[in-house]
Amino acid sequence: MNSMRRVFIVGIGATRVDEHWDKSLRDLMREASLKAIQDSGLSKRDIEAIYVGNMSSGFLQGQEHLGSLLATWIGVPGIAAAKVEAACASGGVALHQAYLAVKSGVYDCVLVVGVEKMTDAYTGDLTDALVMAEDQEYVAFTGLSFVALNAFVYRYYMKKYGAKQEDIAYFAVHDHKYAANNPLAQHPRPITLEEVMKSPPVADPIRLLECAPTGDGSAALVLCSEEKLGSLSNDVRLEIAGSAVATDVFSLHEREDPTTLHATVKAARKAFSMASIEPKDVDVLEVHDAFTVLGVIHLEDLGFAKKGEGWKLLKEGQLEKDGDLPTNTMGGLKARGHPVGATGIYQVYEVALQLRGEAGKNQVPDPEVGVAQNVGGVGSTVAVHVVKRVR
Amino acid sequence: MRPLASIIGYGAYIPRYRIESKEISRVNTGGVERAPVKQKSLPGPDEDSLTIAYEAARYALKRAGVDPSLVEALYIGSESPPYAVKPSATVIAEALGFSRKLYGIDMEFACKAGTTALISVAALVSSGVIRYGMAIGTDTAQGRPGDELEYTAAAGAAAFLLGPNSSDAVATIEHVYSYVTDTPDFWRREGERYPMHTFRFTGEPAYFHHIISAARGLMEETGLKPEDFDHVVFHQPNVKFPQKVGEMLGFKPEQLKYGLLSGEIGNTYAAASLIGLANVLDNAKPGERVLVVSFGSGAGSDAISLTVGEGVERVRDKAPTVAKLIARSKVVDYALYLKYRGMILR
Amino acid sequence: MAYLRSVPRVWREREIKYRLIGGVCKSCGKRFYPYRQTCPACGNDDVEKIKLPETGTIEVFTVVRSPPSEFAEQAPYVVALVRLDDGTLVPAQIADVDLSEVHEGMRVEITLRRYRVQGERGIIEYGIKFRPLI
Repeated sequence: MNSMRRVFIVGIGATRVDEHWDKSLRDLMREASLKAIQDSGLSKRDIEAIYVGNMSSGFLQGQEHLGSLLATWIGVPGIAAAKVEAACASGGVALHQAYLAVKSGVYDCVLVVGVEKMTDAYTGDLTDALVMAEDQEYVAFTGLSFVALNAFVYRYYMKKYGAKQEDIAYFAVHDHKYAANNPLAQHPRPITLEEVMKSPPVADPIRLLECAPTGDGSAALVLCSEEKLGSLSNDVRLEIAGSAVATDVFSLHEREDPTTLHATVKAARKAFSMASIEPKDVDVLEVHDAFTVLGVIHLEDLGFAKKGEGWKLLKEGQLEKDGDLPTNTMGGLKARGHPVGATGIYQVYEVALQLRGEAGKNQVPDPEVGVAQNVGGVGSTVAVHVVKRVR
Repeated sequence: MRPLASIIGYGAYIPRYRIESKEISRVNTGGVERAPVKQKSLPGPDEDSLTIAYEAARYALKRAGVDPSLVEALYIGSESPPYAVKPSATVIAEALGFSRKLYGIDMEFACKAGTTALISVAALVSSGVIRYGMAIGTDTAQGRPGDELEYTAAAGAAAFLLGPNSSDAVATIEHVYSYVTDTPDFWRREGERYPMHTFRFTGEPAYFHHIISAARGLMEETGLKPEDFDHVVFHQPNVKFPQKVGEMLGFKPEQLKYGLLSGEIGNTYAAASLIGLANVLDNAKPGERVLVVSFGSGAGSDAISLTVGEGVERVRDKAPTVAKLIARSKVVDYALYLKYRGMILR
Repeated sequence: MAYLRSVPRVWREREIKYRLIGGVCKSCGKRFYPYRQTCPACGNDDVEKIKLPETGTIEVFTVVRSPPSEFAEQAPYVVALVRLDDGTLVPAQIADVDLSEVHEGMRVEITLRRYRVQGERGIIEYGIKFRPLI
């Protein structure tokens, strides 16, 4: 393998996250793909391989085989293609596969797309789909939902560190503030902490407004090699400087410490090392806050705060766009939305916008290093990507 | 007849929920009380006659202290099994770890099925076919809404682990007698959800005739008289019938004291006499003699005579007593009653 | 849904679900549920099958108010992580308890209950739940 080969993001595209009653899963992934290809300035015929990140198309749409389907749907049947699945980390893991494809030298130009269509299903069916991230036979069988699993984490976290729910729940308020300026966000309106704390409980102590919403969406990236990049007129070059995936003991109840996601720790360490960065070098961050408590835990496991103190960064305003660690600057999972298999790509899309200076009112001043963390299950798989702006 | 078998362990189980007769009256008669019992038990939404039988069986095993893999029979008497075809015995045997060399079956004879299971397993022990076997009476009886049986159709189970005769056991079955005729006082046709019953016809020609015949049959064969028994348990579809048949047979009210529970829990059908027996064992002393006479519609009565053994006090506290089970009680209203019984159309 | 309606699956899973069968790793001592041959903690393949204790304590719990489809009629219900008396942590539903009385530290014991049914005509899936001691 040529370890000197560099991988660049040359095109980005995404649909709005919404209840797209009029668009099917294939419509969504086609739309995001064509946008990304157009943004790259390349032709669709330059794409040599497609990776589609998606969690539940089989269960919710009765449709598998998304890679080949998309290849035909964007007009390039014949190229290599595959669906990649790792629960809610499908997007991040698909990106890792795409990165490896280019890094290896086998391909010069690949398309990676994350897509999920959740709103065609009844709520009960969606709950079924999401709990498939956990052990079906013996854990999902007890009737616990994915939210219930995270409620356990919340309880353990508050008990162990003496943290208060209000300080954790504030993450939702933070996200909504920034979503207000994101034209692609599902919920572009601010909310208050009082609204969050008064929203109905879903699985105590988790309140409805502490949970990422259900929505449809697709985001796509075109990755290419340095050689291919030479043929494009790009002032700003975005390099994937670090890409890592790690797993943890699969079931929450079998782990030693339910308040630490070791997969985040491992993937971050690897990705940061590949990119030769430390936490203090990060200018913009996207964390996988499917639930507010997870957002807080990710800040700790990524190395930005001590265990039990992640919520302090929120409280001290460090996560604001002008703070020390601008985080979820386009709304995060809670307010931009969380079409599960697509989220990992949305995160990198938003990092790319920031690094390009195209984030509008949410723009972080002159960022050079962005990190995106995408989580499957309760941290059973985690993908961490480091993107650098290179002149 | 020589003694058949000894009870090595026993257990009962009553679901937590209760509905009061006055609440049923509130809905059905505008509050005009028809109270054959004060309240009855009802199963929770995740319970059925199989799960409550499991609970009773687990407690019986705890009292017996016998390795479950040595239990070679499981006979279950019930008229409300979760499947019309597929016995509860298979699930309970696997769940508790019984031997796979097993004489297993579910049996039906209305409220007599539990005692018939007991006699059958005792006979398996007595004849040497098995060493240890379990008999269970269990029901989650359904009352037709608005019908008078709705006040009493309740849920409960009792399980008995039997083994070879031993004076050190909880009790020994000395003698049995059964009396059966074709008497259609209460029945349920295949496919029907609720049973039919015949009002006053269920009294004299059914309940009273069969209980008296079986009790007298046993007493004639053994030469025992009512005063020879310290405790007597009758099937209890309400409170009045067992009190009356006791009087008719020559028993005194004190003899019925521990065996009559229907006022608090309703009629637990195939479990009724057996839960009464369990409550007697919770309170009896070694050497005392007990008579149990069940009644199952259709119709028939089993009479069983037991002597309490030396071991009765030793095992008592290894599992919850019937009194504790009765005290574990949460009263619900009619709406929750309908919801838990799965009677709300969706 | 295919997996919900599978009969062989229920048959195959019954020993573990009816009797709460776990594993103890002979290498690192980890006790876990459900049983399998490879230890989740150390990765060793030397695991002994054990019947887990019948009593334990609720360590954390929550109330499921937005349930998976096959549990729709049962909501709201309590699910918990129960620390058994030998230290094994197991996920389970808690039965026979009011939402207002369930608490961390509550002593519970096993019971067999109906978890779900495979439709009107299909089989019933039983499994271990926990309920307060009587």
